[in-house]
Amino acid sequence: MMGGYGDIKLLNDDGTRLDGRAVDEMRSVEIKAGVLPVADGSAWVKHGLNVAVAAVYGPMEAHPRKIQRQDRAVIDVRYNMAPFSTSDRIRPGFNRRSREISKVTAEALESVVLVERYPRSKIRVEIEILAAEAGTRCVGITAASVALADAGIPMRDMIVGVASGKIEGVVVLDLDKAEDNYGQADLPMGILPNTGEMAFLQMDGDLSIEEYNLACEYNYKAASEIHELMKQALLDSASRGDA
Amino acid sequence: MNSNDGGAELRLVVPGDQIDAPPGTQPGSGVCKRGDSLVATKLGELKIGGDVAHVVPTFTKYLPRSGDLVIGYVEAVMNNLWFLDVGGPFNALLPMSLAPWKVEFGAAREHMGYGDAVLARVMEVDETHSVVATMKGVGLRKIKEGVIFEMPPHLMGLVIGSKGRTLQRLKAASDCRIINTQNGRILIDGNSKGIAIARKALQMIEETGHAPGLHSRLNSILGDDE
Repeated sequence: MMGGYGDIKLLNDDGTRLDGRAVDEMRSVEIKAGVLPVADGSAWVKHGLNVAVAAVYGPMEAHPRKIQRQDRAVIDVRYNMAPFSTSDRIRPGFNRRSREISKVTAEALESVVLVERYPRSKIRVEIEILAAEAGTRCVGITAASVALADAGIPMRDMIVGVASGKIEGVVVLDLDKAEDNYGQADLPMGILPNTGEMAFLQMDGDLSIEEYNLACEYNYKAASEIHELMKQALLDSASRGDA
Repeated sequence: MNSNDGGAELRLVVPGDQIDAPPGTQPGSGVCKRGDSLVATKLGELKIGGDVAHVVPTFTKYLPRSGDLVIGYVEAVMNNLWFLDVGGPFNALLPMSLAPWKVEFGAAREHMGYGDAVLARVMEVDETHSVVATMKGVGLRKIKEGVIFEMPPHLMGLVIGSKGRTLQRLKAASDCRIINTQNGRILIDGNSKGIAIARKALQMIEETGHAPGLHSRLNSILGDDE
């Protein structure tokens, strides 16, 4: 839907957005780790109205054997939106969109997980979107990253999913549903907060170089805020184990 | 969360956290090098002892190492070998030549079938994590009686306790034979009353083992320490 709808107003006259946020303001984020007792690691993330649960199992033997890699583990990601996650019921099961998101998420996670430690094995990551309001792939990546850390999988850094975009010619951080549907651009990123590297980048719509740089700046700022929440969730979970 | 343990610095870290360690400190388990600095790769307690920094993870799966004593369940039987589930990413292979019996080719099923539990030792782990187990050794056998309690492998240190004291107390109080293995499976063999006591104590260690006051909670289950 990118490209803009001239008659839809996404910015108020005072420059704020329809939900009252400033252009560089993120939706509220809550993160919990270790929410599923049966999984090796798990996380629950609420980002605005998005709710995602991620579960990690493994490392385990990779099946079928043809997916095994002799020198490293494979990360098998399954991203799925629950049928009740949006107002229009989603037909259950894999579709083109979930396949694409599963693939890009797996590739992003492979860049942080020390996969060479577990040759021939598989790490299974299940991401279930329980409620969707734009930006679910970023929420899924954040949840998967916390769940992997909770499962004791060695990683060289965490990975944070964040997005910026453009509405009415203005670059804004963290698009909500209306902004995502009727805005001009969307720039989701997977950022490694400690090293500042980028593990994942997609762009929908057009941005000038200046706009792209500003969107990156917003994303990095948001990533460091979310990273603090991720760390706190993991430390709380570890402390709960102590209590 | 900072505390001290015999001079070693303790702190909770998450993957990617930079570790402030004196120059020359080497990366241990759960730690890697990024440029000149050390970085945690796991969620857990950071310990810097001597010139090595390592992270004791809050959760980890069992990774077989050569020499480990393990309890495995037979997952599959072939003509000349068994596959054992030892709780790691891969099944261990137990060839008939390393079984304690004289096994004819094709007769492996006569000795052990699917679901049987065995006490074995990891003989070899290669670079692709293929595991070969052996049952040739003192005490290694097919398990015919007793109860197997599953404990997360990273909590086995708490079961053993300092200088093996917790395990000794557990054995004395329950009057059971208790064999703890590196893959987190604990064999408890004795009368049903003793097994119940041992299970209760192990369950408590699993749920609240890291919290302060483990000794007094053990006292309430096992009776006062002499």
